[in-house]
Amino acid sequence: METSYGRLRRLARLAPAVGLLLLLGCAENYPQTTLNPRGDFARMVDHLFRTTVWWAAVVFVLVEGALVIAIFKFRGRQNDPEPRQTHGNTTLEIVWTIIPSLILVAIAIPTVETIFKTSDYARGGVVESGVVGHLWWWEFRYPKLGVVTANEMHVPVGRTVNLRMTTGDVLHSFWVPQFAAKRDVFPGKHNPLWFKAEVTGTFPGQCAEFCGEQHARMGFNVISETPEQFAAWAAGQRIGSPMVNGGRVEADTTLPADPAARAAKLAADSVEKAGQALFLAGGCIGCHAMAGTPTAGVTLMKGPNLTHIAGRSTRVAGMLVNTPENIRKWLSNPDSVKKGTLMVLPRRLTDPEIATLVAYLRSHR
Amino acid sequence: MAASVLDHAPAAHAPAKTGVWSWITTVDHKRIGILYGATAFVFFLLGGLEALIMRVQLMKPDNTLVSAETFNSLFTMHGTTMIFLGVMPLSAMFFNYFIPLQIGARDVAFPRLNAFSYWVFLLGGLFINASFLINAAPNAGWFGYANLTENTYSPGLNTDFWVLGLQILGIASMAAAINFFVTIVNLRAPGMKMLRMPMFVWMSFITQTLLLLAFPVITVALVFLMMDRHFGTHFFIPAGGGDPVLWQHLFWIFGHPEVYILILPSFGIVSEVLPVFSRKPLFGYTAMVFSGAFIAFLGFGVWSHHMFSTGMGPFADSFFALSTMLIAVPTGVKIFNWLGTLWGGSLQLRTPLYFAIGMVAQFIVGGLSGVMHAVPPADLQQTDTYFVVAHFHYVLFGGAIFGLTAGAYYWFPKMSGRMLNETLGKLHFWMMFLGFNITFFPMHFLGLNGMPRRVYTYPAGLNSEFWNRVETYGALLLGASFLVFLWNLWATLRKPANAPADPWRGATLEWLIPSPPQEFNFGEVPPVNSSTPAWDLRRARGGPLPEPGHVSGAGIHLPRPSYWPAVTAIGVLGVIGSILLTHAVPHSYAITLTGTAILFYGVYRWAFEPAF
Repeated sequence: METSYGRLRRLARLAPAVGLLLLLGCAENYPQTTLNPRGDFARMVDHLFRTTVWWAAVVFVLVEGALVIAIFKFRGRQNDPEPRQTHGNTTLEIVWTIIPSLILVAIAIPTVETIFKTSDYARGGVVESGVVGHLWWWEFRYPKLGVVTANEMHVPVGRTVNLRMTTGDVLHSFWVPQFAAKRDVFPGKHNPLWFKAEVTGTFPGQCAEFCGEQHARMGFNVISETPEQFAAWAAGQRIGSPMVNGGRVEADTTLPADPAARAAKLAADSVEKAGQALFLAGGCIGCHAMAGTPTAGVTLMKGPNLTHIAGRSTRVAGMLVNTPENIRKWLSNPDSVKKGTLMVLPRRLTDPEIATLVAYLRSHR
Repeated sequence: MAASVLDHAPAAHAPAKTGVWSWITTVDHKRIGILYGATAFVFFLLGGLEALIMRVQLMKPDNTLVSAETFNSLFTMHGTTMIFLGVMPLSAMFFNYFIPLQIGARDVAFPRLNAFSYWVFLLGGLFINASFLINAAPNAGWFGYANLTENTYSPGLNTDFWVLGLQILGIASMAAAINFFVTIVNLRAPGMKMLRMPMFVWMSFITQTLLLLAFPVITVALVFLMMDRHFGTHFFIPAGGGDPVLWQHLFWIFGHPEVYILILPSFGIVSEVLPVFSRKPLFGYTAMVFSGAFIAFLGFGVWSHHMFSTGMGPFADSFFALSTMLIAVPTGVKIFNWLGTLWGGSLQLRTPLYFAIGMVAQFIVGGLSGVMHAVPPADLQQTDTYFVVAHFHYVLFGGAIFGLTAGAYYWFPKMSGRMLNETLGKLHFWMMFLGFNITFFPMHFLGLNGMPRRVYTYPAGLNSEFWNRVETYGALLLGASFLVFLWNLWATLRKPANAPADPWRGATLEWLIPSPPQEFNFGEVPPVNSSTPAWDLRRARGGPLPEPGHVSGAGIHLPRPSYWPAVTAIGVLGVIGSILLTHAVPHSYAITLTGTAILFYGVYRWAFEPAF
């Protein structure tokens, strides 16, 4: 009895530590984990969290340990004599009021410090980004760079990004666990968040405030790249952006001399022309801005701006990989891919129409 | 019990009261308690079934067992059902049955109001679940955040069912809270000072205070939302000058005290079970009373910790962080005093003690993760993830439900006159304990590793598959544990009565009268000189007390049965429920007026009905 009792006690002492190691150590394979911070904001939060976890682990082991010991040590039988009748102990009451209070003070001090660092915009942020939540996708804007995009936020590594966040409809919550934490967005007001990516790569995020039918399918990616790559990306996005020159792009009417290039240019022009006609006739411009159409310069539409759609790696709020096959699937029946989506087609599109639109959208890098 | 003059009175041959009509017209607190318990248990099983469907849906990524809309209804109704139709009325079962017995009263202060509470609760619960029949179950979450719940984004009847159903249930809760509050203040046995009340009565008393102060707030919020949806106001519509954040404040000023409304009865039950099965009084009685009161008081000053991610600014965040951390201190005091009660005792390892210890062990986990969310920057990662789902299930299932189950095993002999099977009871415990922890502990990992709440599915790439699968198996085990409980209840109720008045060596007044008690409870109320009157009598006698006999009860006046409370409850349903039809049916106000007429006629007849 004595040995198994001792073993049990040892086990009880080890279990939470093992659990903690499992939890805190193996975060590498979780792309959306909060435990493997890759940005300064998330790192600060993680540090604070680990402090509380260790305090909690100590309290857990001591209190649960005492409970387990009590169960084994004071096990009685039906006919045992009445145990000593104690009614309480004032000294003990004071001790177990003060010790937890001191632990809480030890947690509270770094907590308040961190609150003041995380509540507002970062000072001296170099990139300013606007975030707008929509049913059920994300819009990202860079007012100073004149860029508008959807579901993929590009950031330069090592530079602080300030996010000014709001929503076009209901409440959402912007959450990118490895870089920052989350903050909710409200109609008619702007909420701050900021982070500085420490590494390059693609990091997923997701809406975290329940926002209706397809809340689960409101993902996005944050793409952290070198400042040079970021600058090149932004320069490309400026072409046809509604925030630059009203979205107008000078049509390139010259034809190359080289016959092969000339044929390619003519083919591309005809794809553009046919796609544009369908885009206008089908009513797509009711919800989507697109360079070369009357909505080129319009912002705050219900659907994402499609001017550079082919340059994004995913579609439908991170749900589908951006391949011709997936665009075809989406355009043939959006509701069967994402039930309840606000994207409605005026009628069922024919296969040739879909093929034309796919080619058109694929040509808009 | 001391010999009573009633023992010698001629036996009256009152006809046995059986049949459906006797249950509809009953004003006996014990029968109403049983009605509450049976109804709540059915709703609880329904809420559990909803949870199991969700768990099977989440068993693998991109699963298509249920649609997004169905899943959203399932989690909305699971939360709403468990809180308002499961845990609260299960607590109400114990309030009804045991507050009068523990304070030595014949009944509650207002027996017909008590019946009215039950009927309103039943009709409210049926109303909100009737939404399933027309495929319009509430689907915007149990928290109903504006502006998603406004007409623009929730055009169907779904949210109307939720708003109006909660209003109906709120009336039941308010009426019951007034009743129990007055009962505890006015009907205690001679000698039972406030600081001699059993701890369950104390925690119930604090719970009623919370109900009285918190429910008006949700009532106001729901009226605002109903006005927005049906009568063109803009309380929560930004375009009309309203503010969705206002909803969150109102909801959580109700919602956080609500957490204590759910857990304090369970604290009370555990504080009864631990001393009886340790055979030694509750450690630090006064500290337990005041820590309970302090928790309730602080409970009204922490609501915005549900809103750290809304961007309230650093000063509000700091205030609510510190007030939330502060609440951990009296909660810790409770846990330490429970440990102090066990320590040095002679632990009788019977089923009620298993569940009570399980409650303490699991509540500690929920309390510790609670301190983690009290840290606002850390909460910015945790909120709206499965980490929070883990936390509040450790509090509300690991805490409240385990405590209530301890109470069920502890008091079942008193209520039914029959002892539940110990072996099945312990099997129930181990299945529930393992099932619960396998289901909910991995949710901590899932949440911290990036799985948000309220998602009907998740993509394969996030590495959430393993724990989700494990959790589903745990949930199935958890569900099966309740089948064992049902089997135990059914098998026990088929056997003849075998429970003595005091099977556990109980400390409080209910153990001095036969199991089940006679309709009038006490022939004569025994003297109360401490918080453990039954132990005092036992000690004075130097051994077990003789089995109390049935007494005739001649000369004891009990309130007459009445069906007017049930009629009045139907009127309440008509008045509030008909608002559902404002847009759907022309002249729906005719139903509202009919309901009003029934309500007033019911109250009129009730008022002039002779009470004795």
